[in-house]
Amino acid sequence: MSAILQGAGATTALSPFNSIDSNKLVPPSRSSLSVRSKRSIVVAGSDGIKSFGSGLITRRSEPLIANAVATKGENAATSTLSKPGHELLLFEALQEGLEEEMDRDPHVCVMGEDVGHYGGSYKVTKGLADKFGDLRVLDTPICENAFTGMGIGAAMTGLRPVIEGMNMGFLLLAFNQISNNCGMLHYTSGGQFTIPVVIRGPGGVGRQLGAEHSQRLESYFQSIPGIQMVACSTPYNAKGLMKAAIRSENPVILFEHVLLYNLKESIPDEEYICNLEEAEMVRPGEHITILTYSRMRYHVMQAAKTLVNKGYDPEVIDIRSLKPFDLHTIGNSVKKTHRVLIVEECMRTGGIGASLTAAINENFHDYLDAPVMCLSSQDVPTPYAGTLEEWTVVQPAQIVTAVEQLCQ
Amino acid sequence: MALHLRSSSSKSAFVNILRHNLCFGFGSPSHATRHLRRNLPHDAPIRVSQNPISRLCNTMAEKLSSIGGHEDASNQVMDFPGGKVTFTPEPQFISESNKERVPCYRVLDDNGQQITNSQFVQISEELAVKIYSDMVTLQIMDNIFYEAQRQGRLSFYATAIGEEAINIASAAALTPEDVIFPQYREPGVLLWRGFTLQEFANQCFGNKSDYGKGRQMPVHYGSNKLNYFTVSATIATQLPNAVGAAYSLKMDKKDACTVTYFGDGGSSEGDFHGALNFAAVMEAPVLFICRNNGWAISTPTSDQFRSDGVVVKGRAYGIRSIRVDGNDALAMYSAVHSAREMAIREQRPILIEALTYRVGHHSTSDDSTRYRSAEEIEWWNKARNPLSRFRNWIESKGWWSDEAESDLRSRIKKEMLEALRVSEKTEKPNLENMFSDVYDVPPSNLREQELLVRQTIKSHPQDYPSDVPL
Repeated sequence: MSAILQGAGATTALSPFNSIDSNKLVPPSRSSLSVRSKRSIVVAGSDGIKSFGSGLITRRSEPLIANAVATKGENAATSTLSKPGHELLLFEALQEGLEEEMDRDPHVCVMGEDVGHYGGSYKVTKGLADKFGDLRVLDTPICENAFTGMGIGAAMTGLRPVIEGMNMGFLLLAFNQISNNCGMLHYTSGGQFTIPVVIRGPGGVGRQLGAEHSQRLESYFQSIPGIQMVACSTPYNAKGLMKAAIRSENPVILFEHVLLYNLKESIPDEEYICNLEEAEMVRPGEHITILTYSRMRYHVMQAAKTLVNKGYDPEVIDIRSLKPFDLHTIGNSVKKTHRVLIVEECMRTGGIGASLTAAINENFHDYLDAPVMCLSSQDVPTPYAGTLEEWTVVQPAQIVTAVEQLCQ
Repeated sequence: MALHLRSSSSKSAFVNILRHNLCFGFGSPSHATRHLRRNLPHDAPIRVSQNPISRLCNTMAEKLSSIGGHEDASNQVMDFPGGKVTFTPEPQFISESNKERVPCYRVLDDNGQQITNSQFVQISEELAVKIYSDMVTLQIMDNIFYEAQRQGRLSFYATAIGEEAINIASAAALTPEDVIFPQYREPGVLLWRGFTLQEFANQCFGNKSDYGKGRQMPVHYGSNKLNYFTVSATIATQLPNAVGAAYSLKMDKKDACTVTYFGDGGSSEGDFHGALNFAAVMEAPVLFICRNNGWAISTPTSDQFRSDGVVVKGRAYGIRSIRVDGNDALAMYSAVHSAREMAIREQRPILIEALTYRVGHHSTSDDSTRYRSAEEIEWWNKARNPLSRFRNWIESKGWWSDEAESDLRSRIKKEMLEALRVSEKTEKPNLENMFSDVYDVPPSNLREQELLVRQTIKSHPQDYPSDVPL
C-alpha cells in the first residue's frame, strides 16, 4: 500500500513524461516466493501532487467534471484527457485492463464460473479463453469457497489469480477463505507467503434481480485485516483499478456494479493505472462535500445538476477506495466545505457509510458545521417488485432535499 | 488414444471417429479432455477447430463406453448430458455400502515382519534409517514439547503421537519441490525436509527467530523455503489451496505435485468436497492424504460419517483412491511414492486414506480420557506402535541396534532440551511486528494505530509485557 502523503502540498522534481512506457515495468519475479519488487516510479500529473507507492504509477484525474454517464441533455462522456482516446463500455474497459495485464505478465490468470469460453456472465472475460487457453482462464465447478481457496493456493506459489464471483453476494460462500486465509496468511506466515489475488465481481441493486442477487456487502469485508477494497464506477477507473489491483501485492477486492457495465466513455490509448487508495474528485465545489461511490455517483451527479440550478455548489467525491478510505482527499474537502453528505447503496446499519461517518467525525470533527448525514438503503432485503426496489435505493430527489437541509 | 465404440455398421459413426481424431492433434490427454458444453448425440455434425487448444472439439468420443454386445432392447443406450448410460427395467438402488469394506494395504505385520508376497517400493538402508530416526525424533520432540506445556513453559501444543509413520514415511516419498499444505498434525514432514528442532522451538515460543515472527500459536509452522505452507487453524481450508497450487504447477508443467493432509473430521467440511471435485475436474496433481485417526477431538468416526471411511468418497468425485495402514511405514512410503508418480505423470489427483490412531489428546487443551478409555489409548500406544513395527523390520535387516537406538534417543533428547533452553531465552519479536506484513507496506491507519499503542505503553509501562521489546 502506498504511503499517502498527508497534507503534502509540496511538489517534487518530476520527470517530464506524461505517459507510462510499459516496457520499463519489470514483471514480478516468479522464482522466489517472498520477493516483492519495490519500484518507485513517479509520474507527472496535472496538479503536481503525487503519491509514492510500492511500484504503482498514479495518475490523478484532472480537476474537471469527469462525466461518465450521460445525464439527460449533456453530451456523452468527455474524456479526462487532452488527447482523444478510444470509446468503450465499462465491461470492455475491465476486459481491456485484464487482457493487458495478462499479456504483460504470464502469471496472471482468471478463475471463476463461466469465465472461459462463455466469456463470463457479464462478458468481462469475453475472448480471453480463446486467446490465453483454458488453463489461464479457468472454468470452475460451483463452489465459491473452493475456487477462492484455489486462487489463494495458486497465489502463494507465484500466480496472480483474478477470481471472479458471478455476483458479489456469492462471496459470502467464500468468506472463510477470504477472511482466514486471504487476509491473514501474509501476516501469520511472517511475510513468507504473499497472496496477490484480485477478487472481483458485480454487486449492488440491479433491475429486479431479487434479494439474493442484490447484495451490497462491501462493509462485511471491511473489517478483514490484510485486504484492500476498491469500487469502480467509470470505464476509466474500472480499467485503471483493475490493472492496479492485479499489480498489487496485497489481496484486493474490486467491486463492480451490475447496472454500470454498459456505461460508455472515452479512455486513453496509452497505458495508465489508478491508485488503489485514492478517491476521485468528480466535481469540485464550495458548499458541501458529497461522498459516494459506485452507482450512487450517478444519482449524486444527477442531483448535482438540480442543485446547481438552485444555486448550490456541491463538491462530489467518488471515494473509490473503500478500504482504506482516502482521508486525505476527504479531509481536504471537509476542511473546505464543512458539511458532509454520504450517499451510498449499502444498508443503513453497518454499511460503508456508517464507518465513513465514524472516520470523519473522529478525524475532522472540528471542521464540521453540521452533523454528517448519510443516505443509505433501508435495512430490508431488496424486494423484487420494481417499484419497491426503486424505493430501497437512494434517489436524486432525496439527495437534493438532504443537501438543502444540511446547507440551511 | 484408443476410442472404444460399440460395434456399429453405421458409416457416419466411423467418419465421426476420424473427425474426433483430427481434434486430438496434440495427442496429449490433458489437452483433449476439455468438455464440450453441449452434449451432442454422436452423429450430429461436428465443427473441428484449427486451434489445438480450442474447446470446440467434441470430446464425446471419449465418453463412449466399451459396451460391446449388440444393439437390442435390453442394451439400449441414451445420450443424456454427461455421456451414455444403459437402461435397466428394474429400479436398482446402489447399496449404501459394500458388503466388504475396502481392504487396507499393508506390508509389515503387527510385529514388523514383512508379509509374504507383499509388494512395496524397495528402500535403501540409508533411507530406512533416516525414516526411523526421524520418527524417533518426532516422537521425542512431541513428548518434550508436551511436557514443556504441562510445566507452563509453552502455552499450547498438539502432538502427532501415533502418527509418526504417516508423517515421516509420506514425506520421505516426496521431493523437496512438492508443495505441502498441512492441517496441523504433520510437523514430521517439515522435520524430514530439514527443519531443525531449534526452528520448531522458535515457532512454539514465538521468539524473534520464528519465521512467523511470533504471530501464531505453537505448532502453526510454515516455511516457504521448504515448500511447507503456513498452518492455518481452520479445518480443511488448505484443501482448495492445495488444488490451486497444483493448478499452478500444472500450468508450469513442473515435475512436482502438491500434497495436503487432513483428518477424518476434516473430510466433513465443505472445502473437502469442493476441493476433491475441483481437483478431479482440473486434473490437478494433488495428493489428498487423510489421516483417519478415529477421532475429531471427542467425535469418533461413527459420528463423523456413515460411509466406509474416507477412501470410498474418492470414487464419488472420480478420484483414484487407496486405503493404507498408516502405522506401517513401508506401506505408507510405497503408497505415497506410487501416488505421486501417478499424480504427476497422469496429471490427476489421488486420495490416500491412512488408517491410524490418535494416541495423544487432541491438544494440550484436551483430556481424551474423558471420552475414551485409557486402556484403548495404551493399547494403541504399545501394541500397535508404528515405531516399534518399523524398528523390528530394520533390525531384522541388520540396519539398527539397541545401541543405535539409545544413542539416537539420548542425542535427540539433549538437542531438544537445548533447543528449548535457547528458545526460551531468545528475545521476542519487537512491537513493530504486530503491524507489519498485514499489507506489503503499512498503511496510514496502521501506522497511526501503532503510534497510539506506543503512547499507551509510555503512559502505562507496568502493564506492558517486559519480554517484548518495543
